[in-house]
Amino acid sequence: MSNPNWRQEFPQIKNGLVYLDSAAMSLKPQRVIDAIDHYYQDLSVNIHRGLYPISVEATDLYEQTREDVATYINSEVEEIVFTRGTTSSLNLVASSYGLANLNEGDEIIVSELEHHSSYLPWFEIAKKTKSVIKFVPLTKEGRITVDHFKTVLTEKTKIVALTYVSNVMGFITPVKEIVKLAHSIGAIAVIDGAQALPHLKVDVKELDLDFLAFSAHKMLGPTGVGILYGKKVLLDRMDPIEFGGDMNDDVTLTDATYKDTPYKFEAGTMPVAGIIAFSDTIEYFNRYSVKEIESYCMELHIYALNQLKEIEGIEIYNPNSDTAIISYNLKNVPPHDAVTYYADQNICMRAGQHCAKLVTRFLGIQSCLRVSFYLYNNKEDVDRFVSTTKEAISFFKNMGF
Amino acid sequence: MANLENLYREVIMEHYKNPRNKGLVEGLGYHIKHIKNPSCGDDVTIQTKCNEGVIEDCRFEGSGCSICCASASVLTETMIGKKVEEAEAIAHNYLKMVSNESIDPSIDLEEAEVFAGVRLFPARIKCASISWKAFLETIKK
Repeated sequence: MSNPNWRQEFPQIKNGLVYLDSAAMSLKPQRVIDAIDHYYQDLSVNIHRGLYPISVEATDLYEQTREDVATYINSEVEEIVFTRGTTSSLNLVASSYGLANLNEGDEIIVSELEHHSSYLPWFEIAKKTKSVIKFVPLTKEGRITVDHFKTVLTEKTKIVALTYVSNVMGFITPVKEIVKLAHSIGAIAVIDGAQALPHLKVDVKELDLDFLAFSAHKMLGPTGVGILYGKKVLLDRMDPIEFGGDMNDDVTLTDATYKDTPYKFEAGTMPVAGIIAFSDTIEYFNRYSVKEIESYCMELHIYALNQLKEIEGIEIYNPNSDTAIISYNLKNVPPHDAVTYYADQNICMRAGQHCAKLVTRFLGIQSCLRVSFYLYNNKEDVDRFVSTTKEAISFFKNMGF
Repeated sequence: MANLENLYREVIMEHYKNPRNKGLVEGLGYHIKHIKNPSCGDDVTIQTKCNEGVIEDCRFEGSGCSICCASASVLTETMIGKKVEEAEAIAHNYLKMVSNESIDPSIDLEEAEVFAGVRLFPARIKCASISWKAFLETIKK
């Protein structure tokens, strides 16, 4: 069921905009924009340094977000590291933990469903450490299953780096069972939660996750803000990869010491405004449970999918998606041609490889169209999307495609 | 909608479906340039042979959207037989045209003029430009 408040809280929805690209970037509710505004209008100063009231307020708000995120994913407060986004979070784990703990012949398990930001950091660290990348064989449909995971898990596995929800297929990885198996042989799990957090309630203790990375901008929050959750015992053992202001403890001519977890990882001036505003995002998810949001998104998804399936001239690559993502192509129409038709009708969606070339390779295609639904979409959006799809098919047919 | 119809002009569709000079050849004297657009999957290779300051042959290989493929095909037909300096001027003028920048009206773009509709679709400038940029690389001295 839709909540009447949802749509009207997003000022970007106007002039007939149909926004179906939330898997790349979500829209932002007014209260998040107001929070950013408050920081710039009323505070606009740095944190952790100033000894005057507005700096104290900025610091308090910044640290409040850390507490809110920790409560939301059920971690300890000091287990939350602020970063620039999921990409930065995953690179931090690979460059710090990975480089220090991987040796020649060790194995890193990834999958073809990985976004490039969950694959390339490990690909590079594997080259540097002479460790070996192994891919979980996907099912015919493109899923990661526990049974398939078992076929690549060995005594040599040190890292399991997997996506929680695929950004192209929308499939949910059975993370809990996989993490348990990884732990049974002493490996650690690094989970890319970028697509998961907007759709699923994630409890890091219940899942026993070692690392979880996600981005604010995919879950109604500001751009340039990411989270790395890490078990404190692991973060404590990790060296920072960026050195500079704020993260140090003491600096002498011959020595330097660094702050404790998580502050040692937050060098220089952080995206303070965004981090402060991310607290309002978390508040949003607390107010309207993510379960409620997701069940509404899936309602729209099924409504769209059932109509798309009836249309001649469409190929859908993930008809059984677990989340509200549809990847498809119009037959004989390159996706960049197709997307131009939708764009002309003010329907925003994605065409391309979605930063996940291994997935399009798995599907045997160059690229595809992708639509994704979120809480601010409604059935009228779906109707316009479906009717535009039908028009596009006949337009391109007439053009000779 | 009129803009969209203008984008997919008959000539463009004709080149898309029946590309000219497609397929690379083995041979001496060819300069080759491969450009990819990793975000959309356009992937074009241009191969050019110059002889005494004239483009003797120009070929392409690749895959991508209709605008990308057709503009590669039109490029090859436009360039074969042109003097290198002339070819360079045409290519620069074409790239300005699709980017909606002011062009030199004294330079005849010939059939490539059909890509003028691209300028109303900023998201597609890259598609129309990739093979022409690759071509310029192949004639760089």
